[in-house]
Amino acid sequence: MNKFDNIKKIIINKSLKLDCGVTISNYPLAYETYGNLNQNKDNAIMVFHALTGDQFASGKNPVTSKDGWWSYVIGPDKALDTNKYFIICANVIGGCMGSYGPSSVDEKSGKKIGINFPVITINDMVNAQINLLDHFNIKKLLCVTGGSMGGMQVLQFVASYPDKSKIAIPIACSASHSAQNIAFNELGRQAIMADENWKNGNYELENISPSKGLSVARMAAHITYLSKKGLQEKFGRKLQERDKIKFGFDADFQIESYLRYQGSIFVDRFDANSYLYITRAMDYFDLAKNFDGNLSKVFKNSKTKFLIISFTSDWLYPTAENREIVIALNALNADVGFLEVKSDKGHDSFLLDIPDFLNAMKNFVDNSHKK
Amino acid sequence: MKEEFKIIASSIQKNKSVLDVGCGDGELMKFIYENLSEKIRGLEISKENVQKCIQKGLTVIEGNAEIDLQQFPSNSFDYVILSQTLQAFLYPEKVISDLLRIGKTSIVTIPNFGFWKVRLNLLFSGTMPVTKTLPNEWYNTPNLHMCSIKDFVNFCNKRKINLFKSLALTNNKVSSINKFNLNLKNLTSELGIFLIEK
Repeated sequence: MNKFDNIKKIIINKSLKLDCGVTISNYPLAYETYGNLNQNKDNAIMVFHALTGDQFASGKNPVTSKDGWWSYVIGPDKALDTNKYFIICANVIGGCMGSYGPSSVDEKSGKKIGINFPVITINDMVNAQINLLDHFNIKKLLCVTGGSMGGMQVLQFVASYPDKSKIAIPIACSASHSAQNIAFNELGRQAIMADENWKNGNYELENISPSKGLSVARMAAHITYLSKKGLQEKFGRKLQERDKIKFGFDADFQIESYLRYQGSIFVDRFDANSYLYITRAMDYFDLAKNFDGNLSKVFKNSKTKFLIISFTSDWLYPTAENREIVIALNALNADVGFLEVKSDKGHDSFLLDIPDFLNAMKNFVDNSHKK
Repeated sequence: MKEEFKIIASSIQKNKSVLDVGCGDGELMKFIYENLSEKIRGLEISKENVQKCIQKGLTVIEGNAEIDLQQFPSNSFDYVILSQTLQAFLYPEKVISDLLRIGKTSIVTIPNFGFWKVRLNLLFSGTMPVTKTLPNEWYNTPNLHMCSIKDFVNFCNKRKINLFKSLALTNNKVSSINKFNLNLKNLTSELGIFLIEK
């Protein structure tokens, strides 16, 4: 039995013209829900996942048997309270947890699509996920939220569908992917493509996988999700199961061992081609590009109420980049709040149990729902 | 709610847009939101206070007025409030010009350094005044630019700022300030409340 057989998905018949020009139709979109949709259908929240996330935002992920990536946020009495709200999270197209992506099988050839998958954008991801509103017969969401690439999807969602969500909470993100972030993504992609098992993207035809390259990509990316201070406090120069250095290239230091482990478990759950496609989508994200570089114009028609959240130690999507979104919304006199949460945990903070972050989110959603 | 906030609120017309600069824990904002206008926003530097505002369901931007007022468009609010914060800025003059640019009317309140207790404090003790409205020592006060009611009035005249309403507050009693009683009010008032326009 395929590990994806038991996960929920819809087949989207409506064709979608991607930004690259290719049109797709009859494609699967895998999703998960938490809580119950009320009769008025006004308690739905759409959560967008980050680069390596999936639809299993809370509870146990049935494929990896790990806790959902936003377990601290979603659940009974939590920030997104499943006693009150209906939470929908989909696997993005391009992903590898059941939605249409490079590891999907092409019906005509019967083979995995691999590198023949079209290049997608954040806009394409959002346009695919909007179909879930029709599926659940929801006219307007209460909230759209997500961190990192999830936050970019939030921004894109409000820009493309200005009247489809009452509130929006973009977290630790940017309206335009920076040169530094493109550089890190390119590093990851080059690591994958340099692996001889990548086979120009056709590794699945030979039943192999560029695990070494993908693992290195993950290790490099993982460093960018943490902070110097966080790393120093957790690992410092501590040695890994030894009393002294061994004068070799084995993992002497705990940080080395930790990164190797993070790389090794990642390759079991993530497809290398998906990593290429999704990082590319992030790199192409530049919301103001089609509006003469004026971010305010992007949100001109929006009545959505915003709370933007950043973290002090996040150097991947720093406060300044989050603030640019605040400034753009402010220039429109939009209803926008902003909070920079104090944390030493770097970009990963949005996934962690940080009371100031979780409380702000809960209060904002609950207060907005009441009104 | 403290008397100062009641006076500020009474100066605001219903359903007008309001920006509270240095809104603190949002007490005044909440009152305005519930009684006068839902079109109210805040700007606050303290993370703890921003949390409290969000808890109250208020829209607040975490930021520093001296930097972040720049991003607000001109004439975007009917009222801008600055309550007992002017003296804490590095460049109060710049902040005032931002207030006037953003708001049609600005409501500025200041702790009066000309208050007789403050004067006596300095006169007799010979040390920097510590009073109810100025509770800090010189070495830990956030106040960088203290001024008196008379200083503020003079400033408005000099800068040709339309100061169209001046109130004095002492022991929860409000009175008007005019050019005839300015010296007296400057001596007897703890707090000055000013409505200014461009």
